[in-house]
Amino acid sequence: MDITELTVHELQEKLKNKELTSSEITKAYVDRINEKEKDVQAFVTTLTDEALEQAKKIDEEIKTGEAKGDFAGIPIGIKDNICTKGVKTTCSSKMLENFVSPYDATVVEKINSEKMINLGKLNMDEFAMGGSTEYSYFKKTRNPWNLNKVPGGSSGGSAAAVASRMVPWALGSDTGGSIRQPSSFCGVVGLKPTYGLVSRYGLVAFASSLDQIGPITKDVYDSAMLLNIITGHDERDTTSSNQEKIDYTKCLKNDVKGLKIGVPKEFFGEGINEEVKEALEKAIETYKELGAEVEEFSLDIAKYSLATYYIIACAEASSNLGRFDGIRYGYRAKEFKDLKDLYRKSRSQGFGPEVKRRIILGTYVLSSGYYDAYYKKAQQVRTLVMNEFNKAFQKYDVLLTPTSPTVAFDIGSKSNNPLEMYLADICTVSVNIGGLPGISIPCGVDKENMPIGMQLIGNKFQEGTILNAAYTFEQKTKFRENHEPSFRKGEE
Amino acid sequence: MAREDYEVVIGLEVHAELSTKTKIFCSCPTSFGAAPNTHICPICTAMPGTLPVLNEKVVEYAVRAGLATECTISQDSKNDRKNYFYPDLPKAYQISQYDKPLCEHGKIEIDASTGRKTIGITRIHIEEDAGKLNHDEFGRGSLVDLNRAGVPLIEIVSEPDLRSSEEVDLYLRKLKSILEYIEVSDCKMQEGSLRADVNVSIRKKGATEYGTRTEMKNMNSFRSITRAIEYEIDRQVDVIDNGGEVEQETLRWDEVSGKTFSMRDKEDAQDYRYFPDPDLVAIKLSDEYIENIRKSLPELPESRKQRYLTEYHLSEKDANIITSSKYLSDLFEEASKICNNPKAVNNWIISDISRILNETEMDPVEIPFDSKQLAKLVMLIDKGTISSSIAKKVLVEMFEHPRDPEDIIDEKGWVQISDEGAIKEVVMKVLENNPQSVADYKAGKEKALGYLVGQAMKETRGKANPQMLNQMFKEELK
Repeated sequence: MDITELTVHELQEKLKNKELTSSEITKAYVDRINEKEKDVQAFVTTLTDEALEQAKKIDEEIKTGEAKGDFAGIPIGIKDNICTKGVKTTCSSKMLENFVSPYDATVVEKINSEKMINLGKLNMDEFAMGGSTEYSYFKKTRNPWNLNKVPGGSSGGSAAAVASRMVPWALGSDTGGSIRQPSSFCGVVGLKPTYGLVSRYGLVAFASSLDQIGPITKDVYDSAMLLNIITGHDERDTTSSNQEKIDYTKCLKNDVKGLKIGVPKEFFGEGINEEVKEALEKAIETYKELGAEVEEFSLDIAKYSLATYYIIACAEASSNLGRFDGIRYGYRAKEFKDLKDLYRKSRSQGFGPEVKRRIILGTYVLSSGYYDAYYKKAQQVRTLVMNEFNKAFQKYDVLLTPTSPTVAFDIGSKSNNPLEMYLADICTVSVNIGGLPGISIPCGVDKENMPIGMQLIGNKFQEGTILNAAYTFEQKTKFRENHEPSFRKGEE
Repeated sequence: MAREDYEVVIGLEVHAELSTKTKIFCSCPTSFGAAPNTHICPICTAMPGTLPVLNEKVVEYAVRAGLATECTISQDSKNDRKNYFYPDLPKAYQISQYDKPLCEHGKIEIDASTGRKTIGITRIHIEEDAGKLNHDEFGRGSLVDLNRAGVPLIEIVSEPDLRSSEEVDLYLRKLKSILEYIEVSDCKMQEGSLRADVNVSIRKKGATEYGTRTEMKNMNSFRSITRAIEYEIDRQVDVIDNGGEVEQETLRWDEVSGKTFSMRDKEDAQDYRYFPDPDLVAIKLSDEYIENIRKSLPELPESRKQRYLTEYHLSEKDANIITSSKYLSDLFEEASKICNNPKAVNNWIISDISRILNETEMDPVEIPFDSKQLAKLVMLIDKGTISSSIAKKVLVEMFEHPRDPEDIIDEKGWVQISDEGAIKEVVMKVLENNPQSVADYKAGKEKALGYLVGQAMKETRGKANPQMLNQMFKEELK
């Protein structure tokens, strides 16, 4: 048995029956990291020694009964924009290359209180801006299914680490698709919760009205379990909701009979890769076989989502990233002649090109004279998008779309073409605009054995519904048993 | 043209620090004077990933201020970000309110020399204060102290209804007293907890268009505000009279030279890129919430003043002075109640206490004795324990080395001599030493009596009971 092939719910079982210890599990993952990280490059910071030591301690605590939780001794990986006290949180930026947060994010507190073990901080596009993890200041993470391909982004490190079995599961963040798109590219399960379900306290803000932390896992059951851990109202985040906590694993019924699935035809139009389209059509057939009622409909407003998203996200980012000014923490230019020069040089040298591009875009759309035409208009369109989704959810329980119009693309093929890179978000952004939950699960591979993702969108706080739909599909199609990453280098 | 040919137009933006225990978006204390960077946390230092949580007390205090100035309270308000870079602003944006302030359309009445006048309040909104830059005396640059970052403020914006520095002074004093009465700000100007941005413009009398205004920022003393306005009016008149145009700019008032200086070049015209703060939810207030605050408001200066006129028969002028400060007003009412002599308490406050406050530029809040001690002073005179001239000395002592008036009298040996034998002894001595005055008095010069009494007071170093002296001299000289 290779421990790293097990899902977390399987690990949990074995921990409980004393078949495995936390040290054995952690050791297996540390060995895997030592073996695969050189190829995949998923981590910004590895905590292998610390993890082994912690595992030993937790094994003791399990013995004495001090560690009682269901997740004590289970390792995890954390995206590097989620603050961890005492461990660097870099956002994959030169700006925060040596930044150590003085506090833990709320989700990290929750993970720590479960006595889970942090294996390390995972690579991402700088400040979560990008769809390929190529915009990391430190390294380009590679897709374990084909090391010449990108893992997607911005949570590319998290998705690649789960896919390559260097962590059993991971936390990512999703502002416009940053959990779902890399999960799709790496053949794993990624869930973006409803806006407000998970506290944002301690998530380094990109676009505050869109950001959400969520799980990236091997399967849907693990996704439900990790969601259970991280949800809950947080008085430190006033946008976090007061929903009563539910056990999402109880929503997994392996039954979609009578489930009403809407398929917005706009998501299958121009620009979608034929093989992706075929895989999705096959998935739709599977749902029909499983007893769901599938219907095509029009979500016309969706075509405005991408423009709306880039205006709102950049506007918020331009303000959120102002604090990286070289004064209190982070990168400061070595030489400067006055205050303005200090700001200018620190920010010019500390931020990468994509981050600068978005700060400039965002500054522009908020400027006097342009505010009404861009930011205000975008907020109005946002309301219309929400209304359209509300209408759709009066008819359907779940909406089904591709997660991305394509499979993972070659490293370097889009990094110089920002607009084309932005188009990769076309299927995911409207979910963030609407504040809705969305999950990406693998639904097939293309001819080159690259995974294809399916996105299921739910109404607000209906994570249970999409998790069940995803679970039922997964139980039927058994993607993980039939496909696995090859780590091949491809023909260069 | 002469200055009289111009009309002065002034509007104020007053910032008052609210006296909540904790900051507006985190739970750090707001108290003044702590060692640098000791009242800070990840939130008010803008550590990555932190989020603001609005302190509900701040909303309550702002609504109090709005209701006390007869504003309409908005039931649907929000926080906006005002973006700019400065080292004292850790997030690079100030959380403020842009197009939906909490309070709007209020007013304050002032009693100017030209009569009663209503000054419009455009709006009152909540925002956070910035930190402070301390310029390093060793020239190694500036040091940032973030203790003040996130201290809650209200900004009270007036209509351009003020027409002179006198009106500005009266408006500010009235506003300050209202904020003190409703206990939302301690209004300590020296500590910067009340400061004003003053917008001044002039136009020819009769003109309907406003002139170009200049703004003087962060003024924090009544005296400098008056001086700065007077200087700025003269400067603007001068510019226009010499064929120039007043430029819209921010000025700095220099107290030492008594001049204003331009602060920024026009290149720096700021675009703050206001937009709604996505980290904070909208502020929704119910009717019931607002009504409960309205009901909890204390008696305001205007109403107290009316009561003093009828209940204590104070003159309008005295009532104005006393009610101008909540502290003075409380001192008056409490001391009067204890000593049962409001007339005497009023006199003490209006004359000696006010004089000392003026001379020492002290704020009434800083008066080092309480109403009990003032009442005791009045009662000591009423009982004849001390004379009123000794009492004046006791009062000075109470300011300088605060303690009970009895203790002061005991220590200094200032108890009034009311013993008949002792008085008689002094009287006889004075009569013997001043035969000329005795003769004058007997020749019908009443004034001579005063001189004799004065000599007796001198002899006793002011401790003799003056009524007894008077009476005894008269008897001896019969």
